[in-house]
Amino acid sequence: MLEVSGLIKRFGGFPAVSNVSFRVGQGEILGLIGPNGSGKSTIFNLLSGTLTPTAGSIRFLGHEIGGLPPYRIINQGIGRTFQIPRPFKRLTIFENVALAGYYGQGQPSRSKAFEAAERALSMVGLPTDRRSEIGGLGAAGLKKLELAKALATQPKLLLADESLGGLDETEMDQAADMLRRIRAELGITIIWVEHIMGVLMRVVDRVMVLDHGELIAEGLPTDVVGDPRVIEVYLGSDAGAVQAAAAERQ
Amino acid sequence: MTRVVPARPMNRVLPARLMNRTLPCVVGAVLIALPFVYHAPYPLHLMIVVLIWSFAYTSWSVMGRFGLVSLGHGGFMGVGAYGTALLWNYFHLTPWLGVPASMAVAVVLALIVGYPCSRFRITGHYFALVTLALSAIVLQVATASRDITGGSLGYTPERVQGVAGVLAFQFSDKMTWYFVALGVWAVGLLIRWRVDHSMMAYALEAIAEDEDAAGAAGVNVTAEKLKVTALSAAMTAFAGAMYCQYQMFISPDTVSGISVSLQMVFAAVVGGIYVLPGPTVGAIITILLAEGLRIFFGTGALGWDNLVYGTLLVVFIIFLPQGLVGAAWNKLTGGRQAA
Repeated sequence: MLEVSGLIKRFGGFPAVSNVSFRVGQGEILGLIGPNGSGKSTIFNLLSGTLTPTAGSIRFLGHEIGGLPPYRIINQGIGRTFQIPRPFKRLTIFENVALAGYYGQGQPSRSKAFEAAERALSMVGLPTDRRSEIGGLGAAGLKKLELAKALATQPKLLLADESLGGLDETEMDQAADMLRRIRAELGITIIWVEHIMGVLMRVVDRVMVLDHGELIAEGLPTDVVGDPRVIEVYLGSDAGAVQAAAAERQ
Repeated sequence: MTRVVPARPMNRVLPARLMNRTLPCVVGAVLIALPFVYHAPYPLHLMIVVLIWSFAYTSWSVMGRFGLVSLGHGGFMGVGAYGTALLWNYFHLTPWLGVPASMAVAVVLALIVGYPCSRFRITGHYFALVTLALSAIVLQVATASRDITGGSLGYTPERVQGVAGVLAFQFSDKMTWYFVALGVWAVGLLIRWRVDHSMMAYALEAIAEDEDAAGAAGVNVTAEKLKVTALSAAMTAFAGAMYCQYQMFISPDTVSGISVSLQMVFAAVVGGIYVLPGPTVGAIITILLAEGLRIFFGTGALGWDNLVYGTLLVVFIIFLPQGLVGAAWNKLTGGRQAA
């Protein structure tokens, strides 16, 4: 579905992403992990068009999309959420999502956009009425809104950026279930960037590990956590927990 | 799927039906009937001027209300006024064609300024400053091309009499002008209402808050900004043409330049940029203020109105940013800001 090859992004002389290649298959949930500054968000920004690649190719459903502006990439079927939720505070919850439903689908009829918004809102469990304001949402609610905005664009591939930061245990599990349901019910392929590796490892089919802009490991969660280089990167911090989570999965 | 009417905050408040249906009908009826009952020349003249400027201020607010604060609109107004008059005098091009041509020129100018601003993310104060240059340039060109435009002495479209007046868009009768201006003003309000209630309004609100997030929602940020900018510029050029045809005299200072741009911002802010009648109320206030100063202080008060505008602008931005109509609306509807 998505084929990335030789992707490079430099900021000045600094290589944020160096020669990264990977594929994502239809219906997969791919986890993308790595320490802070390892290039996860840069890759997302390249995939979603917020940044232009320095070199390399990004092919989505057979079309080259590297360097296209964000709105065109969204119209081709890649939706994204932001690491820190970015709601439009002057609009209501419904308007936020309806906007994404309208523009994200290439400006169909208003009623089609509103329907997409209603579906997305009920999928994530937010009120579908027209009046509810952003102000009433907590951290979990804002994450849900972010997800609803992405879903309303009717993506084929969803880029979920650290969608669990700032949530408690229960909320995290709910959010992880949500991603599973999104794939199961809507057939959406997902790339999930996440700091909290325990939860991630339980959900993803495959995981890629980035460090200093390079792909250092890739494979099944159980295999990756045993990789010495991954352990080195996460040494002392998450390694134990990750292994436990991967074991629990089995 | 219930109503497919978008819910801008203005529509959500309780007396919305009264305010949105009944009030415009009553006001419209009164305005149509008014000149038949009362048509002393001076008040009628004032009403026409107020209507034309109301249209101009409303045109500014079409984009201004989304945080696109342009100080270039004096330039668009000048292009509309001078373009129409010059095409008529030099090429005998009827304003029926000259006005659209001038509006097209204004749109081209708007795009020339707007596109780089959007590409290079020039927003907020910097956007205001860049557009300010446009006002200054049009003023300079109109003043400096003395042989063509008459420079600072002003310019007059050639007059024609009788039936040919229709072709020249010249009407000697104030009643006719009143209804022309009333129609133009009403269409201006309608356009702004349509924009405010379109999906584009959501997109522009989103862009005003966070361009990247708007882009991630699928909005083509540059296209949406340019669309509303072009619309606003075209409307403002039309206002300039109307002013020229009505007054039959234009000078660089009255239809272009920074002071005209500032006057637009002032009037719109005082009336309230988020509410439909805001710019109109702003026009009533600014014009009555200017006329009042002129009558009571004569030529001694020349330019005082700008001083008062400036002072009031600061006061309003600090203490009443939603403007008079906006504040009144909030009072009436229990504090829900119509933004």
